[in-house]
Amino acid sequence: MPAVQETVDRVRQIDVDQYRYGFETLIESDKAPKGLSEDTVRFISAKKNEPAWMLEWRLEAYRRWLTMTEPQWARVNYPKIDYQDLYYYSAPKPKKTVSSLDEIDPEILKTYEKLGIPLREVEVLEGVVRPEGQRKIAVDAVFDSVSVATTFQKELKAAGVIFMPISEAIREHPDLVQKYLGTVVPTSDNYFATLNSAVFSDGSFVYVPPGVRCPMELSTYFRINERNTGQFERTLIIADKGAYVSYLEGCTAPQRDENQLHAAVVELVTHDDAEIKYSTVQNWYPGNSEGKGGIYNFVTKRGDCRGNNSKISWTQVETGSAITWKYPSCILRGDNSRGEFYSIAISNGHQQVDSGTKMIHLGKNTTSRIISKGIAAGVSQNTYRGLVTAHRKATGARNFTACDSLLIGDKCGAHTVPYVEAKNSSALFEHEATTSKISEDVLFYCVQRGLSQEEAVGLVVNGFVKDVLQQLPMEFAVEAQKLISISLEGSVG
Amino acid sequence: MNVALVKNETASALSDSFALARGRLPGSGKVASAREAAFAAYAQAGLPHRRIEDWKYTDLRALMRDVLPLAAAPDAAELTRAAAAAKLHAIDGVRRLVLVDGVFAPQLSDLGGLEKGVSVRTLREALEAGDAALQAQLLAPDNANPMVALNSAMMTDGVVIDIADGVVLTQPLQIVHIASGHVPAAMFTRSLLRLGKNAGATLVESYIAAEGAKAYQVHDSLIIAIGNNSRLDHVRLNEDGRDAFNISSAVVSLGAHAHFNTFGMMSGAGVSRYQATIAIAGEGSKVETNGVNLLNGKQHADTTLFMDHAVPNGASREIFRAVVDDRAHSVFQGRIIVRPHAQKTDAKMMTRALLLSDEAEADNKPELEIFADDVTCGHGATTGALDESLLFYLRARGLSEKEAQALLIQAFVGEAIETIVNDGLRELAIAAARRWLEARG
Repeated sequence: MPAVQETVDRVRQIDVDQYRYGFETLIESDKAPKGLSEDTVRFISAKKNEPAWMLEWRLEAYRRWLTMTEPQWARVNYPKIDYQDLYYYSAPKPKKTVSSLDEIDPEILKTYEKLGIPLREVEVLEGVVRPEGQRKIAVDAVFDSVSVATTFQKELKAAGVIFMPISEAIREHPDLVQKYLGTVVPTSDNYFATLNSAVFSDGSFVYVPPGVRCPMELSTYFRINERNTGQFERTLIIADKGAYVSYLEGCTAPQRDENQLHAAVVELVTHDDAEIKYSTVQNWYPGNSEGKGGIYNFVTKRGDCRGNNSKISWTQVETGSAITWKYPSCILRGDNSRGEFYSIAISNGHQQVDSGTKMIHLGKNTTSRIISKGIAAGVSQNTYRGLVTAHRKATGARNFTACDSLLIGDKCGAHTVPYVEAKNSSALFEHEATTSKISEDVLFYCVQRGLSQEEAVGLVVNGFVKDVLQQLPMEFAVEAQKLISISLEGSVG
Repeated sequence: MNVALVKNETASALSDSFALARGRLPGSGKVASAREAAFAAYAQAGLPHRRIEDWKYTDLRALMRDVLPLAAAPDAAELTRAAAAAKLHAIDGVRRLVLVDGVFAPQLSDLGGLEKGVSVRTLREALEAGDAALQAQLLAPDNANPMVALNSAMMTDGVVIDIADGVVLTQPLQIVHIASGHVPAAMFTRSLLRLGKNAGATLVESYIAAEGAKAYQVHDSLIIAIGNNSRLDHVRLNEDGRDAFNISSAVVSLGAHAHFNTFGMMSGAGVSRYQATIAIAGEGSKVETNGVNLLNGKQHADTTLFMDHAVPNGASREIFRAVVDDRAHSVFQGRIIVRPHAQKTDAKMMTRALLLSDEAEADNKPELEIFADDVTCGHGATTGALDESLLFYLRARGLSEKEAQALLIQAFVGEAIETIVNDGLRELAIAAARRWLEARG
């Protein structure tokens, strides 16, 4: 069938190149010398005015990293990374000490405006028309290696919640940081986590005191701007006894031809009866339609349900990055603790995704649930890799896992690699996985009722991922839904 | 590091035993050089350990430590003990082909009155005097898997069965592996079954121990080629001694519109691994792979299946059940790959484990690797204990705790056993399961 000009135009218009956040912000920046050495580590630590113990911690991690080798087991292929060809620290050049938002480089503010991130509290505070149910969100904006602004500090402080860049927390709350940092993801955990421990520059720190329900959603927005820069952020969230916090994370980067490295570490700790809900919308630049450029996203995320009756819930929408290597996990240590993992991983173009979770049942009567939806289109490869394990003493452990994959086109691949390990007879594990393509009948039905092929696919996919979208905070759910349609554009026709 | 040390010691001990055994290994020329290459591949890798993904749950360096020297050919006393064991485990109505301590024993085998179109040779004959094509087929398994490489290097005997086009055998063939030596030793066997076009056969493989056989190692491999429009039913029963090791591999290929039905029951051996690669190379073929592990004590049994859909319109079903008691450890790794262009593939896998004791362990790793979009693939895995409410129901109706458990376990494994098509063999498997339950007390 000859393609109608209109169709050709439309497809060109929505090619995978059309990454919405691909612009670059032109600002002066302050960088560490290229390459990685003990001096780089010392440089970063000095830039952050860190105490001696922190520098020692970093150097130990760095020395450890030198003895480690890059992991090869994931189903991803990429040329060898030259770790000496990267900048490990880049900060927007400060004009002077910043005391209010107005003094921040307007270029940066514009960047966040373009991204739709509310940094100005006033707008939200004075916003007369606020749709029903829309809550306030406190934002910590991380630009390359530093946090540029954190909103609603005052209001949070009144509630007793500490929400600040981790670099500040190291100085202002050293006891808390020292007590928890590296206890969930040890410095020697894996190659990328160790690298992160040595060179992490910024990230968010959250501490919710006992019995406090955080009055608003907390959010961090990550942006890689500089060329040849790796972003290594570190997030540490602690929910003390009976506390609750919901945290959102979003990320974008400019369009570039070279690959950029992003190796983050996220640590969550919940004490008795506490709950952390962690949501991610990951939309790093995925590379162009030929697979050139894009972010290498090698992230270690882990939550430790340390107390009884505690809960950690991970929700992720993964649409960006050239390569995603990410396994948000839960260590269910406390009795009756609960872990949840809801994931939508969409790969298009030349993207490669190897993502999943680990549910490690240690305490009694622990429960976990995994819902993973993988969608592969273009020539991408999409792998779910998950581990569910019950240790000897994890009496009454329960897990339910469902991972479904949807294939769009015959050049992509969808893979499922679950590990189900039971060392306790009272453990009850259920796992199911399916792989299929979108039913022709369903598509035909939609098209016949006047939807375009693209819209029909979008509709079906949104139905397919509904279970996970429902877990997202409302503000994110809407954004995520749009994002899914955008990432799949160009996959049919 | 310790691991390296162990590897070196093991490797050098084994090189010595390979050198010693070389004179007893059949075949020269190409066969001999293939053995050298296979041994080199094995020597480089050493015994597989948990750092190798495929062997994550079965660390042979920890479990097996060492490969024992090649078993001596059986003497008269050993053959007598083997004959007694064969009689004890005899199956009615099958044609028996017996290997004692890794050597074909014609005096214990039924070789008379072979049907027309069926030929049976020993591996020794085939390696020494077989045609080049046959030898190539026997040497085909690649050396990437270290235990297959070791088997290729050391194989001493086995049976080579050819079934001509159009021949449908009514009598099942049985290959019986008997260990009879009082001295711990290793036997290395390889068998081949070639089924022509429009043919049909039933093959049973049994592993048993004669009285007094101790801590022996079975290293076996089986190559099966199924022609177009043919059907093979395959049943594998492992009743090796409780201190024995059984490392077996199968490489199966199917032509077009062929049908392969295989069932395996593991109740014997201290440590066992059965790794099967089944490749559908012709369109419209169907594979059913089913199995049951019945384990107790400190047994360790690993079933690793690799289902390869290389062409369109293939179908595969896998049903696997494990019953794990005491401190036993059951492993199931099932990988289904659907290669690009293998459209309209229909693949399903279901694995379930029943844990009867708090110290038992079951590891399941069902994997899907899909490169074609118009497919229906799925897998499921469950692990759990016996359902309390079902037990209560049966207890309320007057059954003892053990009886109630036995009934539920029987039903649990029944689903896999029911897939055996041959009535006699199915009854045999049911009886074996029942015996295992009775022995539980």
